This record gives sequence, structure tokens and C-alpha cells, in this order.
Amino acid sequence: MANKITLNMITQRSVEEGVAMEKGKTTPEYFEACSIIEMHDDDVKALGLVPNQLVRVTSECGSVVVKVVKGRQGLYPGLAFMPQGVWANQIVPPRTQATGEPQYSGFPVTVEPANGERRKSALELVQGAVGMWRGDQ
Amino acid sequence: MPKKIENVGCPYCGVCCDDLVVTVSDDGKKILEVENACAIGNQIFHHATGSERVTRPRLRQPDGTYKEISYDEAIDYAARVLYNAKKPLIYGFGSTNCEGMAAAAKVAEKAGAVLDNCASICHGSSFLAIFDNGYPSCTLGETKNRADVVVYWGANPAHAHPRHMSRYSIFPRGFFTGKGQKSRKIIVVDPRHTDTAQVADIYLQVKQGHDYELFNAFRTALRGHEIPEEVAGIKREKILEVAEIMKKARFGTIFYGMGLCHSDGRNHNVDIAISLTRDLNDYTKWTIMAMRGHYNIAGPGVVWSWQYGFPYCLDLTKDVAHMNPGETSSIDLAMRDEVDAFFNVATDAAAHFPIEAVKHLRKHPWITIDPNICMASEISDLHIPVGIVGVEVPGIVYRMDNVPIQYRKVIDPPEGVISDEELFERIYKRLCELEAEEAAKGKAKTTPVGVHAEE
Ligand code: SF4
Repeated sequence: MANKITLNMITQRSVEEGVAMEKGKTTPEYFEACSIIEMHDDDVKALGLVPNQLVRVTSECGSVVVKVVKGRQGLYPGLAFMPQGVWANQIVPPRTQATGEPQYSGFPVTVEPANGERRKSALELVQGAVGMWRGDQ
Repeated sequence: MPKKIENVGCPYCGVCCDDLVVTVSDDGKKILEVENACAIGNQIFHHATGSERVTRPRLRQPDGTYKEISYDEAIDYAARVLYNAKKPLIYGFGSTNCEGMAAAAKVAEKAGAVLDNCASICHGSSFLAIFDNGYPSCTLGETKNRADVVVYWGANPAHAHPRHMSRYSIFPRGFFTGKGQKSRKIIVVDPRHTDTAQVADIYLQVKQGHDYELFNAFRTALRGHEIPEEVAGIKREKILEVAEIMKKARFGTIFYGMGLCHSDGRNHNVDIAISLTRDLNDYTKWTIMAMRGHYNIAGPGVVWSWQYGFPYCLDLTKDVAHMNPGETSSIDLAMRDEVDAFFNVATDAAAHFPIEAVKHLRKHPWITIDPNICMASEISDLHIPVGIVGVEVPGIVYRMDNVPIQYRKVIDPPEGVISDEELFERIYKRLCELEAEEAAKGKAKTTPVGVHAEE
């Protein structure tokens, strides 16, 4: 059982993300729809995880805690998916290959169990990143 | 009596469904029912009259909280930010009407700003490829009425454009496709077995990031040359089988999305897809179409091309417009710290830009113009709410195939809330006033009486 694996990450749409976003980015629906990662069963097993556990996902430029869920849309081993949005964009590399487009899909990440860590809300992540987070008041 | 309004347009995705039926309450203030829309479209209309709408501009105070101010004060603030900035960036526009985009361009030109839209992080790759290689496309009606082979390559309409398949590409019975789905072969190419792949006749599970090789194999096979036993995870026989189906089609359309634009190679994945489409036209009729995201993200491309000759990444800081996406795109400018003010318009850059880019942009004044509370509004210095296009504000929008559609208004915006177009017209006016004030002052300072005579 490994305590860390490297996967190839893609970030794309999901209909749950679309509906939740229109409800509002500060709603619980958006939180549940977007603070997740989908991986192949083999990779989940390799980490000794079961669905609904939290993991820390780290790329060349950032790190975020999300929940492992079993996706309906099948991945092959080694490929991971996160819905586009606040959590995915904590780790999307901004490099554009001189086209203006960040590397939203196809970047390496490491995934490891998030021991005792929690998922942060969208507001905490974004406001925290720019020094505007004032806690949960 | 509640009133039923027909032929309403949906302000979410590039399918631009214009067959919605919306029932509004007696007083015309509340949306009671939305028919024909998908789950996402439904949510937009119901959210519009929700209690959490912001109805006045909000200015950040020194203690970090927001305070409501008047539209006049907000417009003055926005104009001053633009006036004082050396190189402001005005970005967004996926979700507003063409009238708003034209008015914003006027402001950008006057302010000497960089003007960019969400294509920059979406189908901008497509524009780059189209500049290189052309765009053999069609309208959605042609696909509906003629296509017997449909390819979704790196696109997942089941999630991103929920009614695309039922309105235009798979299920509808068109003029020459009377048997609906039975008259068409559906091919899906994607590294994930998506919900779109579920309805495909043939699914190719390409290795992520290797689409270019697969396109190459198709082009090589079509020209009758040998290809390796396996390319990008797909077996030779499968490639030959699909190539044959494509060759024998009566009319085919390739719909493609972020699988190509966001992966390694970006525009080159798209330009080889266009090359394949062109090759196929040696045998039969093939077209290609970008699955544009927001309902009016094709709009700024059209409006600004007409105004300046360029669809996106417009540098208006000099007398002539200039465009070079690797240099003048929002993300590249942000990462190189080349802009000193940011206007987030009808989009949410704080949620959808990589966080590194957000951190750079937030070092400078940040103004959000958007109907809703979003991540951008929550890190702004100033948030100016506007009416929701397609719900409270009518106007022209361009569908993913560049067909313009007139969107209707179904209810009034909350009392006092103005449209993007009116807001930008007023910012423009205020900018002109500031310029005139400065010019009047400047003249007095630099040309005292008598100076001219001695020159
Ligand atoms: S498919 Fe797109 S345009 Fe049509 S109702 Fe759904 S979100 Fe709206």
C-alpha cells in the first residue's frame, strides 16, 4: 500500500457543478459538487482508501484537500478527474504554452491521504489566497 | 392570472435553447415555472428572483466589509480606476449581451485598456487554429437535418451542453434524417467513459494528451498509408474502421471541446482536427464545430472583430489594436504582472482562473460587474450588480455556430438595477468628463499666456 501516488489530472465540467454554480458559489451544493476527486478503483485501493475519505492533492503549483468519490464516468488507472471550479483551480498550473490557456487538463499531481485535515470552503480558499479571509463570522 | 411567456432563451450554455416557456406571477415579479430547460437552465431562472440578489453597488471599506453606495458613486469610482491605471484589463463577457460588449469596448478604447473575453481560457485555442487553418463549419440546423455521422471529440455534452444531443446532433428527426438516432452513427473520443460515451455507437478511449497522434493516424490511414498497430491507446483495426465510416458518411460533423483546447498542444490539437475535416471533404461532406461554452461567448468574437478586427486578447493601449494571445491574454498578462487594474465582467475569474493568476491580479484594484455573488465579487474592491440577460434584460446573443438569437426579457430587474450596457455607457461618459477636466487643468498649466508667441 503506497502512501502517495502520482496521477494525471484533468479538470472538466459536470452537470452537478453547473447546477450548483447557478445556485451560488457559496452554497453547500457547490461545495459538495466541486470539492471532490474521482480516481480509478485500482488507484483508490493502491492508497488504501475507501470512497468518501479525504485526500491531499498536490501539483507543481499548489495543494488542496478534497473528497474521494466514485465517479459514474469511468477513468483508466492513472487518470484522475476534478470538476472545474475553486478547488481544481488551487492546483491548475497557470502555464499557457504561449496561448493564453492554462494547463487545465493533463498535469501531474500526487495524491495522499489527508490525515486529520479538513476541506476548506470556496470562500476560505479564494479569500485566503489573496489575504482577505476573515474567518467564519 | 400568471402569464406564460414563450420562445424564451436560456442564458447558460452555447446551445442557446430558445424554446423555453416561462410562467411568471400575476405581478410579473416572480418566476413560477420553467418548461423545456435542462436542470442548469432551470436553476438560472429560479435563482434570479431568489432573496440573495444584490441590488446596490457595494464598496469595500478599510475594515474589510462592504458598504452599499449609489450607482453614480460606483460609476465615478470605476471611471477613476480606469483613468488612473496605466494598463487596465477588462475581462469576461461570456454571460452578457452583444450590446453590453460593444459598450464595454468603447470604454476599453477610451481607457487604453486590454480587452479580453473568456475565449482566452476556453476556445481561444480554436481561434489560433482557425487563424492558421480555416474553419469548415456549418450551423446546428445543418447537422440536425443532414448528419449521419456525428463525432464528439474531447467534449462531454451530457454534462456541459445538456440539450445539444436532443436538439441538434443525435436524437432529433431532421429533414434527411427522419429516423432520428437510427439514422446516425455516433462516435465519442475521450479518455473518460463519459455519459456522452454511453450513447455512442463507437467509443475510442484515447490516452489523455495524445489526441494529436490519433488525428495523425486518421489522416495517414485516410490517405492509404500504413499506421502502427496501436496509436494513443487505440488499436489499428478500430482506427481503420472509424476512418472508413467517416469516409462513407453522407454528411458528418466533428464537435470538439476542452479535451483538445486545454491539453498539451492546445491550438495544434484543433488545427489537426481542422486538417482532418478538410481531408475528409475530398471524399464526402464534413464540418467541424467548437462546442462554445457560455451562451454568448461567441458574441465578443463577433462584436470585437467587427469593431477592431480581432476576436479576443485585444491590446488597445496604443492607437492601433494589437492581438497576440501568448502576450496579450489575461492569464499571461497576470502572470507577468503587466496590468495594474482588473475589471471582472459577467464571469468569475476568482473561481475559474488558476489561483496563482488571481493572486497577481488582486495586487491591484479589482472591480466586479456581475448580477450575482460569486468568488470575484467577494474579493473585489467594488461590486456593481447588473440585470441578468435573458431573464431581466433582452438582447442579441450568438449561439455556438455564430447564429444570432434575440433573447427576451421575462421579468423586471430588481428596482433600480441597470443593465451592463447602461453601466458601460455611463462609465464611458464619466471617463470623458474626467478627461475633459484634466485637459482643462493641463492647458492652464502647460501653456501660460505668451508662450506660443515666443516659440
Ligand atoms: S442546454 Fe444549455 S441553453 Fe439549453 S437549457 Fe440547458 S443550459 Fe440552457
